Amino acid sequence: MSTAPDLERFRSLFEPKGIIVAGASSHPGKFGFVAAHNILAHGYAGRVFLTNREGGTILDETAYRSVDEIPDGAADLVFVCTPPASLPELLASCARKGVKAAFVSSAGFGEAGAEGLAAERALAALCAELGILLAGPNGQGIISTPVSLCAQIIAPYPPAGRIAVASQSGGFVQAFLNYARSSGVGVSRAVSAGNSASTTVADYLEYFAADAATDVSLIYVEGLADGRAFFEKARAAAARKPIVVLKGGVTAGGQRAAASHTGALATDDKVFDGMCRQAGLSRASTVEEAFEIAASFAVHPLPRGPRVFVLTTAGGWGVLTADRISQSRDLELLPLPPDLLAAFDSRLPPRWSRNNPADLAGSETRDTVLECLELAVAHADVDAVVLLGVGIQSNLGDLERRGRFYPGHGLERIVEYHERQDARYATATVELSRKYGKPVLVATELADAQPTNPGIVKLKELGSFAYASSHQAATALEHLYRYRRYRDRRGLA
Amino acid sequence: MPATRTLSEFESKQRLAAAGIPVAAERLCADQRTAESAAVELGFPVAVKLCGDAIAHKTERGLVRLGLRDGEGVRLAAAELLAAARPADGPVALLVARMVAGKRELIAGCATDPTFGRCVMLGIGGIFAEILADVVFRLVPLSRVDGHEMLEELTHRAWLGAFRGEPAVDREQLVDALVGLSRLAEQDRAIRSIDVNPLIIAEGRPVAVDALIELEEA
Repeated sequence: MSTAPDLERFRSLFEPKGIIVAGASSHPGKFGFVAAHNILAHGYAGRVFLTNREGGTILDETAYRSVDEIPDGAADLVFVCTPPASLPELLASCARKGVKAAFVSSAGFGEAGAEGLAAERALAALCAELGILLAGPNGQGIISTPVSLCAQIIAPYPPAGRIAVASQSGGFVQAFLNYARSSGVGVSRAVSAGNSASTTVADYLEYFAADAATDVSLIYVEGLADGRAFFEKARAAAARKPIVVLKGGVTAGGQRAAASHTGALATDDKVFDGMCRQAGLSRASTVEEAFEIAASFAVHPLPRGPRVFVLTTAGGWGVLTADRISQSRDLELLPLPPDLLAAFDSRLPPRWSRNNPADLAGSETRDTVLECLELAVAHADVDAVVLLGVGIQSNLGDLERRGRFYPGHGLERIVEYHERQDARYATATVELSRKYGKPVLVATELADAQPTNPGIVKLKELGSFAYASSHQAATALEHLYRYRRYRDRRGLA
Repeated sequence: MPATRTLSEFESKQRLAAAGIPVAAERLCADQRTAESAAVELGFPVAVKLCGDAIAHKTERGLVRLGLRDGEGVRLAAAELLAAARPADGPVALLVARMVAGKRELIAGCATDPTFGRCVMLGIGGIFAEILADVVFRLVPLSRVDGHEMLEELTHRAWLGAFRGEPAVDREQLVDALVGLSRLAEQDRAIRSIDVNPLIIAEGRPVAVDALIELEEA
């Protein structure tokens, strides 16, 4: 069972002043090599001590034959790659050297039958006795970008950012880190919780909630040994920062035999879903959605209310986006306010849609898109804006650049103009969002189809990102607004 | 899991009433004669049911008579129900209740989840309840804000609005009932589950028409 986490020990796990890699290896195929390599190769600034029974040189470092040879107090984290049987002696030596946290990557514990489970319980008890925070066992590693720590046996090393990840599956740590790399929305901490022998995902949430480097937590859970403890800790953490949850195994329980109708209707998934709502957790339905919602929390301010305004230069996209928002249980498509109508009328050609969605009807060659965008974001009745059509001009420019008439016939000039315009739109969404404290979401298929598009590239440069479809943008907005509403209704500032 | 026993419908509803959940007006009667006078006192039409601690599935056994309009109907129903009692039912009595008129039925209750422990449930009731499975859960204890959010989360939440000449459901009273269920579960650790089925919406107010409380054996 988990106990209240000691935040100081969590600091040793995520911001160690020195690391021991126990069981480091010179063989590139072994985890003991991979862990040592990844720590040494990614700029971790603290001291790194490799241990290997045979000594020798590993990755240009002289390996210690035993932890006992390492200077006292020089390391507070041990990354363990040695077999289960070696752990009692190893951890006792580490404790004597001042180690406060252990990440145990070794397998052969609870996942390996009754004997392994007994060994896992003994390991947890030993760490408690030694005053060592135990992460794992059977975990894939930890990431901590504020100290350039890449202590893991998986890839990749993500860009630095504000999302903290804790997962019961190492594979999903990997997936989230890959999404961080492709989106550019970065990660503060990541931990593969492994078997969670003593430190659970809920404990990590507690740390992330107090962590100055983290704005939003992203977790993957399957089984929960103590559902109540998870609920209480997650709720307390969500009162401080948003938490995005991906749950595996939602259909496994199915409907239970029960004496009551209530019991028969109480499927695992429905109860879990209700628990999430009650704790203020944002539950995602897919892996990619989970990351994207976390990225949305990291990038956008929360909308003050549900009223969305849609601006488009891309016809049908505007209509579908409006449909999606109209059908939302949480969002509202704001009826076009009369003063906004008048302001748009004075700037746009008469063929514009005169509605929300505001289809600007091909005004891209002037500055009206930017003017209308600011009018919409600034309007008191607008809580959030979705901008569609960013990148279209550069996409056309790309086609023109590839044609045989380029750069003559004025093509060079117009292509550059198009590209500049898209970069300006992208910049404006980020600047206006900051200026007015409202989310401004960009949605375009070009996010996937043409990631080199200057509009997409500019967003990324500014720490934001584009949604690959307006449906995804609307889903993200629903989560942002629900979290805001959860806080408002409970008097959480 | 520990063994459980159920409380009779009458006792279940008394506990609900004590927790502030509106229940249909009813009387527990020993025989035909007292059943008839109870019906006269409550006002027709009435329902008569066979009631006992060990009787959990009355409808399946045909132990419910609904919409009885006069004394003769009540006497006849009472005689048939008493005759239908089995030795395994233990001590039985007749439950005479005023019929509650309402077009909409909800189902509410409390269940014990293996991972999260006790939780409160609200759902769309009636004969399609299990097909629709439009149900929402929260863990005990439930706040009023949680209760209001449960109503919002029903897929068919429009169902709580005005309907065929009936007023909209009084949300505050419905939340009262949900919070009452939560409090009941909190106060009595032995409660494994509570079924309020149906919770009929009469003139916009929720009324528990049948209920079953399941307790863990001490």
